[in-house]
Amino acid sequence: MEDNNLNYIENAIFEGVEDIKLSEELMEHIEKWKDKPGNLIMILHRVQQIFGYIPLNVAVKIAKELNIHLAKIYGVITFYHFFKTEKPGRHKISICMGTACYLKGAEKISDELQELLGIEIGQTTKDGLFTLETVRCIGCCGLAPVMTIDDEVYGNLKPEDIAGIISKYTNIKTGV
Amino acid sequence: MNNNVILVSNNSPHLYDKFQKLLTEKNLINKYQLKKFNTFGLNTYTSIIKIYPDKIIYVDSLENDIEEIVNDHLINGKIVKRLLYKNEHKNYLKSGPLPIYHKQLRLVLRNSGLIDPESIESYLSREGYRALAKILNNTTQDNVIDEIKISELRGRGGAGYPTWLKWNFTKQAQSDIKYIICNADEGDPGAYMDRSVLEGDPHSVIEGMIIAAFTVNANNGFIYIRAEYPLAIKRLEKAIKDAKEYGFLGKNILGTNFSFDIEIRLGAGAFVCGEETALISSIEGNRGMPRPRPPFPSTKGLWEKPTVINNVETLANIPLIILKGGDWYNKIGTEKSKGTKVFALTGKVKNSGLVEVPMGTSLREIIYDVGGGILNDNKFKAVQTGGPSGGVIPEDKLDTPISYESLNELGSIMGSGGMIVMDHTDCMVDVSKFYLQFSVDESCGKCSPCRIGGRQMLDLLTNISEGKSDESIIEKIEAISSAMQKASLCGLGQTAPNPVISTLKYFKDEYIDHIVNKKCISGKCKSLIVFEIDKNNCIGCHLCAIKCPVNAISGGKKEIHYIDQNKCIKCGLCFDACKFNAVIKS
Ligand SMILES: Cc1cc2nc3c(=O)[nH]c(=O)nc-3n(C[C@H](O)[C@H](O)[C@H](O)COP(=O)(O)O)c2cc1C
Ligand code: SF4
Ligand code: SF4
Ligand code: FES
Repeated sequence: MEDNNLNYIENAIFEGVEDIKLSEELMEHIEKWKDKPGNLIMILHRVQQIFGYIPLNVAVKIAKELNIHLAKIYGVITFYHFFKTEKPGRHKISICMGTACYLKGAEKISDELQELLGIEIGQTTKDGLFTLETVRCIGCCGLAPVMTIDDEVYGNLKPEDIAGIISKYTNIKTGV
Repeated sequence: MNNNVILVSNNSPHLYDKFQKLLTEKNLINKYQLKKFNTFGLNTYTSIIKIYPDKIIYVDSLENDIEEIVNDHLINGKIVKRLLYKNEHKNYLKSGPLPIYHKQLRLVLRNSGLIDPESIESYLSREGYRALAKILNNTTQDNVIDEIKISELRGRGGAGYPTWLKWNFTKQAQSDIKYIICNADEGDPGAYMDRSVLEGDPHSVIEGMIIAAFTVNANNGFIYIRAEYPLAIKRLEKAIKDAKEYGFLGKNILGTNFSFDIEIRLGAGAFVCGEETALISSIEGNRGMPRPRPPFPSTKGLWEKPTVINNVETLANIPLIILKGGDWYNKIGTEKSKGTKVFALTGKVKNSGLVEVPMGTSLREIIYDVGGGILNDNKFKAVQTGGPSGGVIPEDKLDTPISYESLNELGSIMGSGGMIVMDHTDCMVDVSKFYLQFSVDESCGKCSPCRIGGRQMLDLLTNISEGKSDESIIEKIEAISSAMQKASLCGLGQTAPNPVISTLKYFKDEYIDHIVNKKCISGKCKSLIVFEIDKNNCIGCHLCAIKCPVNAISGGKKEIHYIDQNKCIKCGLCFDACKFNAVIKS
């Protein structure tokens, strides 16, 4: 386990990262899981729930708390699609690319969204308003093709519906 | 050939005989075909009689009723109302698509929709935790194993391994610590059976786990569930808490010296983590990569301890088998596949949804009787089972009774229950590309046959869909498939070629059409489509040119327009825009 090279790099990263004070709630969660085997994924889930992604300085903090290598944490984060390393936009648009949706034209919906928002799958718009993602089957196959924006489900979509749906969310922004 | 048919369920042979007698007496025997049909142990009705072409269904008829049916219905054309099948809403169903209820048999979904999933009392009122009480009262571990053995229950997670055998290995393994894992990772894209069970009836799964734990001497259990199922997680958390309060979980369950606890662990969006050894690695907090088996988890699983790992649906069957007996369960289904199976029926079918049918039901019954037929009355092309590990089944195999064996023989698999109907507008090359893309995206990369083979095969399929291939490509695909099947470490790589192999088997012509004629008849493979303007129809309205995102269309107002094929990206917008049918797609 002792890997000096890794420690050296890690220390350099640790020094370059702004310290962050974690909320009491998160610290409690970490405390609760700290001594349980296999705790890392459960802790990361809570971090992502709070921040929407896994910020580097939080990852560093966890490495220290659990006394594990930062590389181990990133190894896990990058293996699982669910964990994100970049801050997501205010609204998360998820296009279902499950089989039923695919057969009923999900690709056209996806093309339309990318065209309208000017971003690709996995990216966030410059104004930080939308992040575009794909998911696999959300269990509404009867409504295929389906997308969700945050917790709202939109079904039986046609490419021409998309602009109208998106505008509901951009209007909210100007209203703020 | 006359199409007047009378079908009598095989659980009522006396009614069949009575029909035969009466029809003969009244000289109608040549006018009707009298037949029996299999209800596969379905026991909601004492009898079912179906009359075609009238599409009338009579249920629970007695011997004396037959005379009335013959006289009133067959001879005078008057329907015998009091015997008619009624649906859930107590409406008589006289015509239209055949009602679905008696094709379905709800065992796993017995409580879904009927109980409040967040109330343990609600579960208790439907015989909940009675199976647990029964075994703790007066049953030995061996008795439980025997009961499951008699039931011949097989794993519903895909592979169909006998559940009792798995449990027995773990029971016999020497260790102070043993674990039970419920696999709720449900990765097949386009399927949501397990989610429905967990959201609709979480206690049934928990009860199944407790019984498994008692049987093999385990004291700790884990439910590994996808983080994408927040509602199911919430309900499971509540159910675990309530079960503890009632003394079904925790220390000294129901006053015995048996203790068992369950924790929830969240998956994080990696399909391969549904594979049991990868799942174990994920619960241990690591990257979810499979490891070679043997040793199997039943002897060396979580933290190297003996571990039973079962699918959600498998576990939900357990309480029922304990309560009603292995014998009862064993009567449902086919020779080697017992019980029911839940399918998520989706795609180009009229009624999408969850369907639970006895094993042995035919695909046609599921798609046409339960599913109501093909959407828009289009032409059926194929049905896909088993998701990215499965295959397609064409029209002429639709009467196959569903079982683990029969689906394997057809080149597909039972899988976890995804069932996707495709019609003539779906391209088989495109479909197999879709599934393969999924497997390539989800490959964990640990072994090269899967990591490299999958990628190469995807490239070949892409070439086919773009018209850049010759006939030798099929041999190459077959060679890679066989290497992946034989040499991949886990089921993901071993089964990833299945969608390709099965489409090649049943729809080779369609591949050849792409390869030789560079044609995609369903119009799905974009590169093979050409958009052109029909000089005779074009009035020069310029609408298409305005819509074209890449300025591929030229022509002034009132002039005949022209599409520059080098610029065209085949988006199809011009085709949709033209009001004069002047844009042709070929
Ligand atoms: C790539 C891959 C994915 C799998 N996904 C699942 C899954 O989502 N759910 C599941 O229960 N089993 C899945 N399995 C099967 C499990 O490895 C295992 O056989 C099953 O959970 C055993 O439970 P059973 O005997 O009750 O079926 C998968 C297998 C492979 C190879
Ligand atoms: S077959 Fe694929 S998913 Fe399975 S271990 Fe090999 S690379 Fe990983
Ligand atoms: S198919 Fe699309 S890109 Fe091609 S000419 Fe028509 S509008 Fe333009
Ligand atoms: S495939 Fe999209 S909701 Fe199921």
